[in-house]
Amino acid sequence: MIIGILFIALLAAVIWSIFHGRKVLRTEKSDAVFGNPERALGGWHWVVAGVSSVMVLWLYFSWDAGRSYFPQAANEMCQVAKLNRSANPIRAAFPLDNRQLRGTQLLQRDGLQIALMNQRLAAAELLSEADRTELQAIINDMESAMNAQASPEFIDPTIEGQLNGIADRINQLSDKMADDAYPGPADPAQMEKALAQPGWGETNVEIPPLAETERGRKFDAASLEMEAIAKDFGKIRNNTGAIKAKLDALKERYEGFAIEGGADAAVVAERKALIRQIDKIYKRIDDGKIFPPSITQQVEDALITLDDTQKSQQGTLRIIDALAMPGGTIIAGNSACSEQGSGRWLPKPSDTWKTLTRLADPDIGFKDAPLLWYKMTPLAGIADYFVPDWVADLIPGEYPRHDDNGQIQMNLKGEVYNIATGNYPSPMIPVPMGHVWDSLLRVLAGLFFGILFGVPLGLAMGLSRFFKGFFDPLIELYRPIPPLAWAPLILTIFGIQDDGKIFLLFMVAFAIMVISARTGATGTHLSKIHAAHSLGASKGQIIRRVILPNSLPEILTGIRIAIGVCWGTLVAAEMLAGTTGIGFVENVARKQSDYEIIWTTIIIMGLLGLLFDVLMRWVINKTIPWRGKG
Amino acid sequence: MSDLIADKVNMVFTTPTGGKVHALKDVSFTLKEGELLSVLGPSGCGKTTLLNIIAGFNRPTGGAFYLGDHEISGPDTERGMVFQQGALFEWLTVAENVNFGLRMKKANKKETARKVEEWLEIVGLQGFGDTPTYQLSGGMQQRVALARCLINDPDLILMDEPLGALDALTREKMQSLVLKIWKETGKTIMIITHSVEEALLLGERLFVMAPRPGRLHKEYRLPFAEKGVDGDMRDIKNSAEFAQVREEILTMIWDMEEEIMGKAEAA
Ligand SMILES: Nc1ncnc2c1ncn2[C@@H]1O[C@H](COP(=O)(O)OP(=O)(O)OP(=O)(O)O)[C@@H](O)[C@H]1O
Ligand SMILES: [Mg+2]
Repeated sequence: MIIGILFIALLAAVIWSIFHGRKVLRTEKSDAVFGNPERALGGWHWVVAGVSSVMVLWLYFSWDAGRSYFPQAANEMCQVAKLNRSANPIRAAFPLDNRQLRGTQLLQRDGLQIALMNQRLAAAELLSEADRTELQAIINDMESAMNAQASPEFIDPTIEGQLNGIADRINQLSDKMADDAYPGPADPAQMEKALAQPGWGETNVEIPPLAETERGRKFDAASLEMEAIAKDFGKIRNNTGAIKAKLDALKERYEGFAIEGGADAAVVAERKALIRQIDKIYKRIDDGKIFPPSITQQVEDALITLDDTQKSQQGTLRIIDALAMPGGTIIAGNSACSEQGSGRWLPKPSDTWKTLTRLADPDIGFKDAPLLWYKMTPLAGIADYFVPDWVADLIPGEYPRHDDNGQIQMNLKGEVYNIATGNYPSPMIPVPMGHVWDSLLRVLAGLFFGILFGVPLGLAMGLSRFFKGFFDPLIELYRPIPPLAWAPLILTIFGIQDDGKIFLLFMVAFAIMVISARTGATGTHLSKIHAAHSLGASKGQIIRRVILPNSLPEILTGIRIAIGVCWGTLVAAEMLAGTTGIGFVENVARKQSDYEIIWTTIIIMGLLGLLFDVLMRWVINKTIPWRGKG
Repeated sequence: MSDLIADKVNMVFTTPTGGKVHALKDVSFTLKEGELLSVLGPSGCGKTTLLNIIAGFNRPTGGAFYLGDHEISGPDTERGMVFQQGALFEWLTVAENVNFGLRMKKANKKETARKVEEWLEIVGLQGFGDTPTYQLSGGMQQRVALARCLINDPDLILMDEPLGALDALTREKMQSLVLKIWKETGKTIMIITHSVEEALLLGERLFVMAPRPGRLHKEYRLPFAEKGVDGDMRDIKNSAEFAQVREEILTMIWDMEEEIMGKAEAA
């Protein structure tokens, strides 16, 4: 219901903002300057229009709006789909959904096979004249048996009767469906069970399969009857009576053909191959799926009547299908019904939101980790993380040993070791954790090292012939390589844990930072450096006080770009390997075809990317307000 | 005594294509302490080159400059420089720009702050200490550049077209400021300009340079700067004497330009 109201509201917002935009445009008439940069400032009503349009499209094509307005529709359409599914085996024999009768197709296919056989026989020079004559006769018999199936002259009257029976039963079903009373009163127990089913999209079953409405029950019952009819139709084979006599004679003749006897191995092999091929074609003809079209016409007519009836019985459902479920429909499978088309691969916003709240719940999370939560960690553990253990080895002396009484006399070396390993009581502090945090940390770590090493090298390259000449080819050589091309190598060297990913991101960020810092450094106005020189600044001071701040706009822009690229690379790297991270979540969801989780991760990534960018823009505006004004 | 002595200074640039540009040829002169020198000449005659060598940014290919008792071998705080434009550090405030030199020397902070106040007042920017420089007008920026240079107490102040990018009114005010500073501090000042009027007003001595090769063409000793210190600039400019010198120099420069054009056409 909320979605229904939201949909109307969003639609109204789109329309309103377009009209508002047009009104504002009219007041702007006095501005005759086309390229006026003022216009690039946009207008918040266009923001409303844009965002609302996207939401409206999403709600519409994911069928979320449709579901909210017609919550019963899916269940009813599921019953319709069941009928269609059960009618399919019969319909497939007629040119209703296909272009040709199945018999026509079979005649064409088998006729082609026979023609090929004739060619092959003509080319079989190994065989004796007698062999060839006999085989030719067999093939001719086969062709005539096949053609006989299409002729009303040879058909077994019982087969004809059976086909008429099928047509009658289908016609009866059409009549029943047109009757309002069909299929009679509902079984209360059955109905109760149906109404107790979870609604559309509430569980993984997606669409409740049992008929819940009168209309649904009609289609459900019809589908069961149709299934029986289709089964009986499938059993009818045009290989009895006169046809059977022809087929039996044919079989006897080719089975009697002497394969062995008085010839060399090549001839025997040739005969064997030809007879095997004849046997194959014979089995197809023996299947008896070719009927005289005039005999099956009634069945075809009955099917058309049934289809018209069921369509008119669907009533409004067809309009709902076309309008509320665009880009697809609901189809029935073996055991359940499912959405097909955009309703399937485009998750509904409300379901996506539900998935997001479910994943965000720290008690549920995804694969043993929450998306973003905190855990209480001893402070000492953090020291353990940052202080390497070998620090203790550097302290002179020996680690404490226990004495004869089992007492341990602590010394400085031992204490330092305890600190380095986090082995002492300390207060607990909350530390963030989870998939999002892990991804975030990797990006920030990669970026941090990229800046730490990239900026100084970039500045040095902007200032010194040696650094420029020495490092430029190296960096230019590895920079154009797509970062993911490195991934398999790096993940092998560093392992699939954080180290490998951070190193990969470091490589990405490093190249970008080097280049942006170099651009910044070389872009320093010579007169600024001259001024600093004659004001008594030393080389170091010039780098720190003039060249670095002067390069800041480029460096910050570089960081902004690097964040974006790192973020993209990280997600891809996490898909390759690892057990946490937002890319890992998406990868698992991909394997499970869980489109809702996939969309959830996509949205999370989009929002985090946006957050980073907004943050960087803010930082840029705060730290380099002079940009472009120097 | 810290006089500036030029001893047969030569500067030959080698262009990337291998050509040679004789930017300065046998430039010799002596600038006494406390003198105000303006340098004038057609474009490309080597004025900036001359100044850059004195500032120590470039080493001459021949000859040498001496300031006081030593040869100039690199940039130093004893020689302050004011540029045409764009040499302020726009990431710093006015005060931070002005005290840049003192901060580089790690001078006493209190003392520095006092000096900054003093200099901002002299150049007429009191109260602008915390303003970012990119928010200042062109004239104000040049005042900051002046204060930044002067706070270091250099023996010699070098200015390369310091007022070139200013409008006429601001320019006139700045000219008075330069004269005032010259008189009050008694510094040696060397100023490059494109404007003949400015060269006459801001030069106790005036060098006219000639191009190809760049050299000192003619020297004048002028009374206008001394008068301008307390007198009215407009009156000086309107005087017959001023007009006469101005015409003479203008004709000289025009002739040079024509000669260049002629040479260019002949070539
Ligand atoms: N780095 C350099 N390499 C080669 N030639 C140079 C270089 N710097 C200057 N020159 C040449 O030396 C000559 C003098 O240049 P300079 O910049 O000193 O002229 P200027 O008198 O300051 O001109 P303007 O009045 O236009 O500023 C010019 O011909 C110029 O092309
Ligand atoms: Mg110049």
